[in-house]
Amino acid sequence: MTTTQDRTPDAPAPDHLPEERSTGAILLDVLRNNVRQYGMLIALALIVLLFQIWTDGTLLLPNNVSNLVQQNSYILILAIGMMVVIIAGHIDLSVGSLVAFVGAIAAVMMVDYNLPWVVALVLSLAIGAVAGAWQGFWIAYVGIPSFIVTLAGMLLFRGATQIVLEGQSVAPFPGGFQQIAQGFIPEMGPYTQYHNPTLVLGLLAVVALVVQQVRDRRRQRAHELPVLPPALFGAKCAAMAAAVVVVTLTLASYHGVPVVLLILCGLVLVLGYVMRNAVIGRHIYALGGNKAAAKLSGVRDKRVTFLVFVNMGVLAALAGCVYAARLNAATPQAGLMFELEAIAAAFIGGASMRGGVGTVVGAVIGGLVLGVLNNGMSLVGIGTDVQQVIKGLVLLAAVGFDVWNKRRATTT
Amino acid sequence: MTATGSDTTTTTTGGARGRDEAAPVLEMRGITKTFPGVTALAGVDLAVRPREIHAVCGENGAGKSTLMKVLSGVHPHGSYDGEIEFRGEPVAFRDIAESERRGIVIIHQELALVPELSIAENIFLGNEQASRGIISWGATLRAAARLLRRVGLPDNPQTRVGELGVGKQQLVEIAKALSKEVALLILDEPTAALNDEDSRNLLQLILDLRDEGIACIAISHKLEEIRRIADSVTILRDGRSVETLRVRETPDAAPELSEDRIIRGMVGRDLGSRFPERRTYRGAGAGQVAFEVSGWTVRHPTEQRTVVDDVSLTVHRGEIVGIAGLMGAGRTELAMNVFGRSYGIYDGGTVAVNGNPVRTRTVPEAIAHGIAYVTEDRKTFGLNLIDTVHRNISLTSLPGMTRRGAVDEHEEQQVAERYRQSMNIKTPTVFEPVDRLSGGNQQKVVLSKWIHADPDVLILDEPTRGIDVGSKFEIYTVVERLAAEGKAVLFISSELPELLGMCDRIYAMSAGRLTGEVGRENATQELLMRYMTADAELKVPT
Repeated sequence: MTTTQDRTPDAPAPDHLPEERSTGAILLDVLRNNVRQYGMLIALALIVLLFQIWTDGTLLLPNNVSNLVQQNSYILILAIGMMVVIIAGHIDLSVGSLVAFVGAIAAVMMVDYNLPWVVALVLSLAIGAVAGAWQGFWIAYVGIPSFIVTLAGMLLFRGATQIVLEGQSVAPFPGGFQQIAQGFIPEMGPYTQYHNPTLVLGLLAVVALVVQQVRDRRRQRAHELPVLPPALFGAKCAAMAAAVVVVTLTLASYHGVPVVLLILCGLVLVLGYVMRNAVIGRHIYALGGNKAAAKLSGVRDKRVTFLVFVNMGVLAALAGCVYAARLNAATPQAGLMFELEAIAAAFIGGASMRGGVGTVVGAVIGGLVLGVLNNGMSLVGIGTDVQQVIKGLVLLAAVGFDVWNKRRATTT
Repeated sequence: MTATGSDTTTTTTGGARGRDEAAPVLEMRGITKTFPGVTALAGVDLAVRPREIHAVCGENGAGKSTLMKVLSGVHPHGSYDGEIEFRGEPVAFRDIAESERRGIVIIHQELALVPELSIAENIFLGNEQASRGIISWGATLRAAARLLRRVGLPDNPQTRVGELGVGKQQLVEIAKALSKEVALLILDEPTAALNDEDSRNLLQLILDLRDEGIACIAISHKLEEIRRIADSVTILRDGRSVETLRVRETPDAAPELSEDRIIRGMVGRDLGSRFPERRTYRGAGAGQVAFEVSGWTVRHPTEQRTVVDDVSLTVHRGEIVGIAGLMGAGRTELAMNVFGRSYGIYDGGTVAVNGNPVRTRTVPEAIAHGIAYVTEDRKTFGLNLIDTVHRNISLTSLPGMTRRGAVDEHEEQQVAERYRQSMNIKTPTVFEPVDRLSGGNQQKVVLSKWIHADPDVLILDEPTRGIDVGSKFEIYTVVERLAAEGKAVLFISSELPELLGMCDRIYAMSAGRLTGEVGRENATQELLMRYMTADAELKVPT
């Protein structure tokens, strides 16, 4: 008996679903089916609330929110790529070293060779792609476990960083490059107390969100699939819009949207969409879930694995540029332990050791949990030693909750 | 002890057995076990007499495994209602260790051996022959050798278990059980993964153990096997014990119970026919060769030997063609190598689909040319168990469901919903992870996935392995419908009645070669068995 379900086996025909059941029952169902995702979101909200009270409101002050975003941006970028790697059933230990390596190359290009920063940035991303392709080649086509290949890469890129930098820090960078990590989108229009372009962007985001939700619902209807009842749907849209509005107003009352937040949002949208809706995204999930079955279903496993690592390489390079730009220097010690932060973020955000599970948004939530903990604990004056202990316990608790929840769900 | 020959009808020198109406060695009364929202067992009674082989059968989901988990302490006392009496006293096991101490040992369908450890180490795993924490290897090996002799396994106890075939591994499991002073042996689908010869040996061993005084509960789908060895059979249906039937009066008598009688108990009705009626395809291209393999040869991936040797076969449009063979005959190897070189090393041969030669060097190529392969091992090769029903169904057809590079999730869900209804996949929604489905329903998901890819040629490898009678009929119906719609179906199976019931023509393979071909009208089990066991060198004239 492995087929026990905790729901009634006779679900009503889909087109009757919305009318026949109470709103509350549907809400419960939705929640129960997404415990992991909503669970982490609720945990994040609780952590934010805790530190908001503990710091007497400092946590969510406009300047601190901007700071929070900029401080965690490179870990979030890495976490997104790491999530994809882990979903595919692999791991990447080299990203911290790659961050340092790409930062070093970018620095040398701009400082020693006076290349324009845009050119340096593009070349840096290309180098990240090549580094990812190098590792992807050994993993996908030669068949060496990713743990080994990227452990080698961790040493290799760290050493290469020191060679490139000759053990020194290289600085400073052109202003444009620094803006990647430290800048905000420029102010325009009349003085309004708020940052105008931010308000416009926020408004556009709300409109896009609602339009997308409504279209989705209409298409579901057209395909005779179950949809949320109107009241619940309205509440969902309102809640999402409200969240965007709050963030927008907070950012708009300081310097506006950080440049790096735009980059992050773009990454989440694009990669989230690719993982969810593009064929290759589905193939990554299938490969992580059951490689043998995926291969026999026509998934080109080697190519997909290779591309996953190329993607990780590019994102690590981007994180490397952002980190260097934030410090305004490339140092041999840059990116130390970043791989572990990114891996922790992915697991807190719902990845599974066995692969095949996780979402890009989950990685961001996991990264934010760690980021808010860092920032909040620093604000209330907890030392970095205790911070480490607490972060370790949070990782354990998040994954422990997941394991417990799964065991409860599968009553064998 | 007993003298046993190759045949179950051989007389034994037991003497005191026969009509043994002594108190049962095991009695389970009114066992009720519920999971959240589901009643898995509702007042099940089971009584096993001493020195008896007691079969338990029922459709998948009837509660067989749950009952055995209750008995062996996997579901601890207190998590179920009802009473268990073993050797005359009430028992309340808290875990497996406790039930094993009392002499109840369960051997699961998925073997629980560590491939990297030796036979001896596996036998005494968790029960090490040690004094003061230090293992005595001498004692371990001596005891292991003794146990191996008892189960008739000639291998050295220091052999790594991973090097043994499934049949031998099964024997190691039994040796392990014997090392624990077993009084009641529970076997869950003991021959599901074994070939005929290994099955015969195993069944004989179970009979021998019975003669030594060990009672045995065997869960099995193979009714013919039940008739061969069991003394009684208890039938479960929907979590209830429907009836207990005597298979034979005395242990050595011929069985008196028919397979149809057991089936009637399992499904609660007479199955009018176990196979759907075949319809002839008369559409476009009827009678044309849809799939032709010529001179196909495959080498073993690591060893220097040929596993498929110069095989040529054809399948016409609308035709169901069977491949019979014992395990190791090369049927799966042939199918998987043709399907994108998924097994072994290609060593010559051509494929043509609808008369056009095609290349099938990779799986995507094979799929593009309209070939589909439904694996014999759905859990390893067929499904992404942690993913949902709808995503498993869509996996092979994703490119066809995309709009501007994006998968149309709504279409995907609609397609899955359509198959849920047309294939009668029993699942609350298509968003259920497939590992929550029963074997038969999982198989329907795999079939849906390949049917939706709309192939011209469907290669089905043991499509009904390990699934219950009711689901089997549903799958036969689907296969028949596909043929009636003009698909070419290659049907690989180890169950001869199934081949005879479904196929228009049957090839037989033995040791990598085709050894025979018979049409539906001439096919009999005896003839096929003769081809299947034919010496491959002496090709039987067809």
